[in-house]
Amino acid sequence: MPSIVSVKNLRKAYPGGFEALKGVNLEIEEGEILALLGPNGAGKTTLISTVCGITVPTGGSITVGGFDTLTNYRATRDLIGLVPQEINLEPFETVFNTVSFSRGLFGKPRNDDYINRILDQLSLGDKKDSKIMALSGGMKRRVLIAKALSHEPRVLFLDEPTAGVDVELRKDMWDVVAELKAAGVTIILTTHYIEEAEAIADRVGVINGGQILLVQDKTELMSQMGQKQLQISLSEAVAEVPAALAGYELDRADDGLSLTYTYDTNGERTGITTLLNDLAAAGLTMIDLQTKQSSLEDIFVGLVKETA
Amino acid sequence: MNIYAVQTIYRSEMKRFFRTIMQSLISPVISTSLYFIVFGAAIGSRIQEVEGVSYGAFIVPGLIMLSVMTQATSNASFGIYFPKFTGTIYELLSAPVNFLEIVLGYVGAAATKAMFIGVIILITAFFFVDLNIAHPIAMVAFLVMTCLSFSLLGFIIGIWAGNFEQLQLIPLLVITPLVFLGGSFYSVSMLPGIWQTIAMFNPVVYLISGFRWAFFGVADVDITVSLAAIALFTGACLAVIWWIFRTGWRIRQ
Repeated sequence: MPSIVSVKNLRKAYPGGFEALKGVNLEIEEGEILALLGPNGAGKTTLISTVCGITVPTGGSITVGGFDTLTNYRATRDLIGLVPQEINLEPFETVFNTVSFSRGLFGKPRNDDYINRILDQLSLGDKKDSKIMALSGGMKRRVLIAKALSHEPRVLFLDEPTAGVDVELRKDMWDVVAELKAAGVTIILTTHYIEEAEAIADRVGVINGGQILLVQDKTELMSQMGQKQLQISLSEAVAEVPAALAGYELDRADDGLSLTYTYDTNGERTGITTLLNDLAAAGLTMIDLQTKQSSLEDIFVGLVKETA
Repeated sequence: MNIYAVQTIYRSEMKRFFRTIMQSLISPVISTSLYFIVFGAAIGSRIQEVEGVSYGAFIVPGLIMLSVMTQATSNASFGIYFPKFTGTIYELLSAPVNFLEIVLGYVGAAATKAMFIGVIILITAFFFVDLNIAHPIAMVAFLVMTCLSFSLLGFIIGIWAGNFEQLQLIPLLVITPLVFLGGSFYSVSMLPGIWQTIAMFNPVVYLISGFRWAFFGVADVDITVSLAAIALFTGACLAVIWWIFRTGWRIRQ
C-alpha cells in the first residue's frame, strides 16, 4: 500500500535546547489504523503537532499525500483532521456552529447536510443547538472529532482520544474509529492504553525519548515478541524445583503448588512435551495446566525499559 | 486565497459582537451623551470657541476617535487572545490559512465593530450639537484608516498578551493617555510652548488633527502630515504582524 504520510529524519528541538524528536522516520499507509504507544513525554504530541503544522520542525521532512508540509501546507492541511488531546472548545458556541466554523476555516463551502450527518454519526444530533459548556466531557470529545472531520479529511490524527474517558465511552470511541476506517479514513492515534492499541490498531508504533523504537503489524509484533507461559499446578507442594528439572528454568510459586515455564512460541521446539514427561518421571502429579500469552503491555514495558 | 476561511472568521467574530448588541450599542451612546452634557453643555458653555468652532462641536471628532481607537484595539486584541486562552488556536494553526487570511478575518471584524461604534457616536452627536462635516469623504477615509490601524495594533497586543492583565495593560497605560493627551478635547495650539513640541511626538495628535480637519477644515498639523502619519502607523503594524507570522512568535513553536 502507498504511504499517505511519510516522515523522514524528523527533528524538533525547543529553544531551551530540549530535543523532543530525534530523527523520527515513519511511513503511514493509506487506510490503516496506526497506534503510537509511548509514555508521557515520549514525543507523541510533538510528532502529531509537527505533521499538522502547529509546531515547526528543526530538521527532516514530512509529506502528506505526496505534498511537503512546509512548502505546500495548504494541500497537506486540507488532507488532515486533528483531534487534540486537550478539550479545546469555545464554551459559548453551539455544537453545530463550532463544527461549521471548522469546515469554513479549512476552506470548504458551507454544507449543513454534511455537518448534520457527522453529528448524527457521533450521536450528537440532538445536541447540535446546545452550547458547548452544557455538554459532558465525553460529548465534548466527540465534538472535537466532529470538528476534525468537518472538512472531509483523508487522514485523522487522534491525540489520546480516550484519556480520562470511562470504559463504556472508550468502547463507543473505538466503534467510531472502526466506522471511520471503514469509510476509508487513515487514522493515527496516540495512546498510553495498550489495551486500546491492541483492540483497534492494525499496526503499532512504539515511541520513547523522541525516537521510534519499532513499527510493526500488531499481530506479527505480538507473535514475534510474544512469549507464552505454561503454569503447572501440582497436587502437592514442592519445597524446591527437583534437580532432574534444573535444565528448564522453572519458577516455583511461593506456596510451592505451581511451577511456571516460559517458552517462545516461535521456537522450533517449545520443550513442552519433554518437560511434561520429565515432570511425570520426577514423580510430580499435575492437576491443571494453563497457558498465558504476554500482552502488548508486557512487550511495551520491556521495550521502553530497554531504551530508558 | 482561502476566502471561505476569511469569511468564517469574520462572521464568527461579528456574531460575538451582535450577541452583546445592547451592550455594544448602549454603552457608547451613554458615555458619549455624558461627555456632551459635562464637556459640551456644563463646561463648554464657559469656554469660548476653539478655532472658530463651538466647543461642543469641537470635541466631536476627538470623542469619536477616543472610542474608535480603544474599541478597535480591545476588540482585535480580545478576538485573537480568546482562542489562545481557550486553546482553540490549534485549529487556526493547523488550518490551510496564511497570516493574511487570519489578519483579514480578525482585524476586518474588529475594524467593522469599531466603525459601527464610531457611526453611532456621530449620530448621537447630531442630537447635541450643530455639525457640518466639511469633507465627508476624508472623514470616512480617516475613520476607516483609524479603525483598521488600531485593530492591527490590537491584534499584535492580543498575540503578545500572556494573560488578561497584559491584555488590558497597553490600552490602559499607553493608548488611553495618548488619546487624552493627543488633543481629543483641546487644540494642541492651546498648550504651552514646550508641551506643544512634546505633543508632536504623540502619533495620536496627527490622527485626531486630520479627523478634525475633515469635520471643520481646521487642523493642528498639515493634513498631508496626518495622512503620512496614519499610513506609517498602519505600515509599521503590518510589518510587525508579518514578522510575527514569519517567526511564529508567541503562537507557533
